[in-house]
Amino acid sequence: MKITYTDVLIIGGGLAGLRTATGVKARGQDVILLTLVPPKRSHSAAAQGGMQASLGNNSMGRGDNEDIHFEDTIKGSDWGADQKVARMFVSMAPKAIRELTAWGVPWNRVKSGDHQAIINAKKVTISEEVSAHGLITARDFGGTKKWRTCYTSDGTGHSMLYAVDNKAHEQKIEVRERMEAIALIHENGRCYGAVARNLMSGELVAYIAKATTVATGGYGRIYSVSTNAVICQGMGQAIALETGVATLGNMEAIQFHPTAIVPVGILTTEGCRGDGGVLRDVDGYRFMPDYEPEKKELASRDVVSRRMTEHMRKGKGVPSRYGDHLWLDITLLGRAHIEKNLREVKEICENFLGIDPAEEWIPVRPTQHYSMGGIRTKYTGESQTLKGLYSCGEAACWDMHGFNRLGGNSVSETVVSGMLVAEYIADFCETEESTININTAVIEKFVHDQQCRLERFIDNKNGEDAYVLRRAMEKIMMDKVGIFRNGKDLKDAVDELEKLLFRSHNIEVTRSKSLAANPALVNAYRTHRMIKVALSVAYGALLRTESRGAHAREDFPERNDKEWMKRTIMRWEDHDHTMPSVSYEPIEIETMELPPGFRGYGKDNTITNFKSALRQKQVDKIRAEIEEEGLDRYEVQRALMHYEEMLPEKYRERNERLDERLDDGK
Amino acid sequence: MENNNRTLKINILRYDPNDKNDKPHMESYKIEEAPGMTLFIALNDIREHYDASLKFDFVCRAGICGSCSMLINGRPGLACRTLTSKMEPEITLAPLPLFELIGDLSIYTGKWMRGLNERLETWIHDEEQKIDINRLEERMEPECAEEIYELDRCIECGCCVAGCGTIQMNEDFVGAVGLNKIARYQLDPRDKRSDEDYYELVGDENGVFGCMTLLGCEDVCPKDLPLQSKIAYLRRKMVTIGK
Repeated sequence: MKITYTDVLIIGGGLAGLRTATGVKARGQDVILLTLVPPKRSHSAAAQGGMQASLGNNSMGRGDNEDIHFEDTIKGSDWGADQKVARMFVSMAPKAIRELTAWGVPWNRVKSGDHQAIINAKKVTISEEVSAHGLITARDFGGTKKWRTCYTSDGTGHSMLYAVDNKAHEQKIEVRERMEAIALIHENGRCYGAVARNLMSGELVAYIAKATTVATGGYGRIYSVSTNAVICQGMGQAIALETGVATLGNMEAIQFHPTAIVPVGILTTEGCRGDGGVLRDVDGYRFMPDYEPEKKELASRDVVSRRMTEHMRKGKGVPSRYGDHLWLDITLLGRAHIEKNLREVKEICENFLGIDPAEEWIPVRPTQHYSMGGIRTKYTGESQTLKGLYSCGEAACWDMHGFNRLGGNSVSETVVSGMLVAEYIADFCETEESTININTAVIEKFVHDQQCRLERFIDNKNGEDAYVLRRAMEKIMMDKVGIFRNGKDLKDAVDELEKLLFRSHNIEVTRSKSLAANPALVNAYRTHRMIKVALSVAYGALLRTESRGAHAREDFPERNDKEWMKRTIMRWEDHDHTMPSVSYEPIEIETMELPPGFRGYGKDNTITNFKSALRQKQVDKIRAEIEEEGLDRYEVQRALMHYEEMLPEKYRERNERLDERLDDGK
Repeated sequence: MENNNRTLKINILRYDPNDKNDKPHMESYKIEEAPGMTLFIALNDIREHYDASLKFDFVCRAGICGSCSMLINGRPGLACRTLTSKMEPEITLAPLPLFELIGDLSIYTGKWMRGLNERLETWIHDEEQKIDINRLEERMEPECAEEIYELDRCIECGCCVAGCGTIQMNEDFVGAVGLNKIARYQLDPRDKRSDEDYYELVGDENGVFGCMTLLGCEDVCPKDLPLQSKIAYLRRKMVTIGK
């Protein structure tokens, strides 16, 4: 049997995994990165519109800072996020983007002078100052007070991924391509690596490491229509769940993006609306201002997706053979703008719809897009319950997104969390605690178990067809665990998924019995695991009897701060169980910098928690006192909530801006 | 959209190198065309309903990641964004040549591209570089950033390599993908390599002087990169160095 030892094992070659790898390598740790596909083909490449960082260079972003980015992020999360983690994130985002700049990302830049833009369907002239010329510019995105989303046309994720992967080449990071982690190796509450399967030869290899990081992205493909790449199947979450020790958080928090094309579900960026595009109904009428007079098309994603669905339910959708849809109109932006700043969108429209978006409207519909939930971690990225297991990026529930992620915060999180988690991992690897202390017999047992499992799928007789089970699962998720949810449907979904899980033990790989490169075998074991992930999502949604962010219960339309200021935590305690066990982790209002309040969409129907008003009073008092003393915003922040000491020391300095120069004479 | 019930005949060049008894052979599948069908949908349909062992690579299925390049009726292209409605009902698919075969339509482009990137050192070289990530980023002219992005759009799909006449005769040739990358870094003021440094990398017959200017690369590039003009530009630059 093949056993490979290293310091740090990273599972996943997207932005989060790569940035973690470069970080630990720079700290002198050996690292091996396993990836299903060449890293440059990871789903990070599909991020189009941009990366949020409060640089405040362009005039519509001027005055921006960490405080405003923090407030937008917390409101966006519907107060579900961990506020300390969100603080760490917003303070790191400008550092992350500046590092990426040095690594080669060709961010679009501010050009001094006047330029035209479309705001609220009207042409306006915006002037950029000479002092900002050549610095990174930003566009408008949903749910943000400032234009904060930095971009390279609409290929932002691609440019970021290429820059970071190239950095990994420079650092000679060892990448093992087409290797799939199929089980985490662990003993006595300590993770020691993973069993990986070579997708080309079928060989199983044990990778043993001091620290193991899961950065495998989200689980969108449990739905039949998703903007996600086909590899986003939740396998990282599934293997964590199968340890029986690691926990998952908020699996029910699923984001639907307002504008994926119909029917194939490919994304058109939020940048379309950020740059001035509008949504129209069957009559060509722009309906969003009726629902959200202030933010209109640029309300938070969860809000826009629900408003679109409501509008279609009123009979205002455009009928098509694939069901109703609405129109995204970017014709008003003009051809020149589209061909320069929305060129991926243009290519997608041409290739998949056969239309020219500078002339015609784009058929769109809200579609599964992002997984806020994932492997529950501490702020260090380490599992709360399985030592030595780390997770970051979309795979994790680090919890800066709570129940709804802001557009532009995802690629930003990948890099920021990679930078941070790499430091915590390296710190851990430098301690004696990290010593690898596992017997090879135990390792062999993990490999052997997986081998048996694979052989059983091949040898089963008269078994189930994996595709049939998978399509059934996808349909249940679409129909019953969608944008609007209700108790009856969710109960049905859980019951049906439980039955599917039972049947999935008996999947038979038909027509193709090879244990080597064999897509049928891959589909068999992944389908079984996907059903577990789907079950976690549906069950979490059934139990959460409130509406928060993207989790909208028609039978419980209120956000219930009294009962539900808590995260859903799941664990699969025993291999033979057919359901995860559930517990809840409280979200403390008493220590919040921004106590729960009204998000500003629709009407406020929050069931309030009395602690919110108490904390708000405290916050107001502290703020007034500090401001009275004439101290700055950093002092105010520090007085309200501590987070700086949680950051690695090298990342604690302030961020420079045009309006906030670092006055140390340099 | 009207109903379109054509029957498609899809011929696929199949071979499993892991199976010692297998030899490269053609297999044909008949499927019913659906509206808006792409080769992504068609191939998954075949795998799901006819042959679960059929190997191919898709990731983003949106023309962004570059995974699914293959020979489509003999021409390199991205399968995911190829609409069947634009083709005759008989379609022949084969793996992209020159790359290591994993099986059927699945090829090991990642290994080839990584080798290329390591060889050409496709990252920012700046020995003096002391990044201070707390301070304002270095400025760049907006037009310069846009020009770099234009070349940065390459998705390493390998179509240009498969469409290249030169590389058929000289497998060490870096291809348009490699030359485009050098052009991209040469343009980037953050990369401090001199033209002499680039000459060392591509100033020979395995590089810019190997290109026979057949321009298959630009014809088949799914991202419409200006490969022809960039190779010509680079060649002019390198000629002046070589003198």
